[in-house]
Amino acid sequence: MNLVGENLSYKLTEELQLRKISFNFEKGKLYTILGRTLSGKTTLLKTIAGLLMPDSGTIKFEGKNFLEIPVWERNIAMVYQQFINYPHLNVFENIAFPLKQRGLDPQKINEEVFNSLKLVGLEGYEKRKIQELSGGQQQRVSVARSLVKNAKILLLDEPLVNLDYKLREQLREEFKNIFINGLSEESIVIFSTTDPREAMELNGEVIVLDEGKVLQVGAAKEIFENPKNLKVAAISNDPPMNILKAEIDSNKIKFENIEIDIPDHLSKIKDKNFNFGIRASDVELNDNGFEFEVELAEISGSETLLHLTRGNAKIITSIEEVMDFKIRDKVKINFKSNKAYAFDETGNLASSPFGGSSV
Amino acid sequence: MGKLYTFLKYFFITIWTVFVVAPFLWALTTSFKDFNSVNGGVTYIPWVDFEPNLEGWRVLIKSPAEGGVDIVEPYFNSLFVTCTASLISIILGTLSAYALSRYTFKAGPIKNNDITFFFISQRIMPPIVLSIPFFLFLGAVNLLDSLIGLIVVYIVLLMPIAVWIMVDFFNKVPREIDETALIDGCNPYQAFFKVVLPNSIPGLIVAGMFCIIFGWIDFFFAFILTFTEVQLLPVKIVALNSSITPWWSLSASALVSVAPLIVVAFIVERYLSKGNLSGAIK
Repeated sequence: MNLVGENLSYKLTEELQLRKISFNFEKGKLYTILGRTLSGKTTLLKTIAGLLMPDSGTIKFEGKNFLEIPVWERNIAMVYQQFINYPHLNVFENIAFPLKQRGLDPQKINEEVFNSLKLVGLEGYEKRKIQELSGGQQQRVSVARSLVKNAKILLLDEPLVNLDYKLREQLREEFKNIFINGLSEESIVIFSTTDPREAMELNGEVIVLDEGKVLQVGAAKEIFENPKNLKVAAISNDPPMNILKAEIDSNKIKFENIEIDIPDHLSKIKDKNFNFGIRASDVELNDNGFEFEVELAEISGSETLLHLTRGNAKIITSIEEVMDFKIRDKVKINFKSNKAYAFDETGNLASSPFGGSSV
Repeated sequence: MGKLYTFLKYFFITIWTVFVVAPFLWALTTSFKDFNSVNGGVTYIPWVDFEPNLEGWRVLIKSPAEGGVDIVEPYFNSLFVTCTASLISIILGTLSAYALSRYTFKAGPIKNNDITFFFISQRIMPPIVLSIPFFLFLGAVNLLDSLIGLIVVYIVLLMPIAVWIMVDFFNKVPREIDETALIDGCNPYQAFFKVVLPNSIPGLIVAGMFCIIFGWIDFFFAFILTFTEVQLLPVKIVALNSSITPWWSLSASALVSVAPLIVVAFIVERYLSKGNLSGAIK
């Protein structure tokens, strides 16, 4: 009874295509598609919705061939990253539209629309025109319209990306509650995003998509702790995980005249050369550390991102406070080597601090 | 910069307005004058310079036998032909424009843009090129000198305008709105009529007004394709002769012939300056 896709391929342009994507989505679960721009997230969602016909492959839902069912009979709902509503209708009429289309009686429609308005926190707005609402409110309307249908498949295509920072945080929290409380056991929710934090916070099953291919599937925690390869490590971290070419020599990790004692979980690595991976948050300022030069300092929210160089090594570190640095300042940093990752020369995970390993 | 700019702007607008409005005012006053007020030196202000009367206007509805020019029938012919042709052009043009905007057509090297250009190219061609084919065609189907024949020809002339304006308009309506309608349970026809069309009213009005303007002012085809049975207003007015018809009646007929366009201009102005889709996508 699941939504099953097999070997879906679709070529929109040279850069934008799906390459043999397979998935198995279970009812009552939340799935997050994590990938960068042009990775094929929207294309995949539109294919599931039926707005695009794949060049090859199959989609089955409840045992039926989904590709033979036209969009308007699929009982799906979709929220776009642009705030799409019907501009000629007011808030109430917008949310009621899919129900009217189904021919429900007005009493029932009324009830459902008000429930759904309540769920997204827009009570009292039902008579407003769409144009009179703020971006966040417009997006709430389109979420309400997608929830009111009680669709079996709910697709959300980067619904928060066009909102400002504060609102995004707030809606993300609300969405999580809505998905947990507002949906029946029968629904599959698929949420696409470029933001790894969003994926982690929603805490569903994550599908990492890159260049139209599925790189890794797993629980959010698993993806975060044990990224399968360098690409996943880059996509699932913001800022991307620092990757440095390093070598192991007499129980030391060496790069750019830096020597770090090898942590236990990396001691099994046999290859001499490997990719040393460390998250920006696991690099700390330390007066006894190694000297790097500041290339760029950016303040983002309440943290400071430092782009540092030393010879050929470039790393980013995030500091949990607002600090003032000038370009070419010298800073000393230390690596929390117990949190370090190792990827082999082909880019696959060799060892992680959370037990994932191939050695 | 600010004040000088505002001054210059209003200065030129004022000059231009005087330039445009003066002939109309002149025609308006002339239409209420009698023989003495026209021929006895320059007069401007009614009741002061001359005594206004309605004789010039009465002539318009009198039959030629009574010494009038009778533009009533040509006037209604023109209204009927223009409105019918515009309506049909808008309906066909909107449907084609939607198809051209949303679906991909391909016939060898010919693609959507080429088809759109084909429509527009009908207007780029000098009208005289089309006159002989139209004449022969209407002759062959026995529609020369008839209202139906004129409507058919005007549809050919007006539909490109509708297609042109509406393709541009639909291209600006986000596709996601159609897609959302499909997802919400509309089949493609319902999506068009329930969602796309209600949001296209400004575009439809602008396209409609342009069709009416171009239909109303056409003299060339009305002149070539009609003889005795049917006469349209522009042909009738051109046929008036100042040595027979007095100046005041000429002025009055000029004014009634531009009146519909003035109404149209006011309606178009409101819709040209505002769109209705601002809330669709942000």
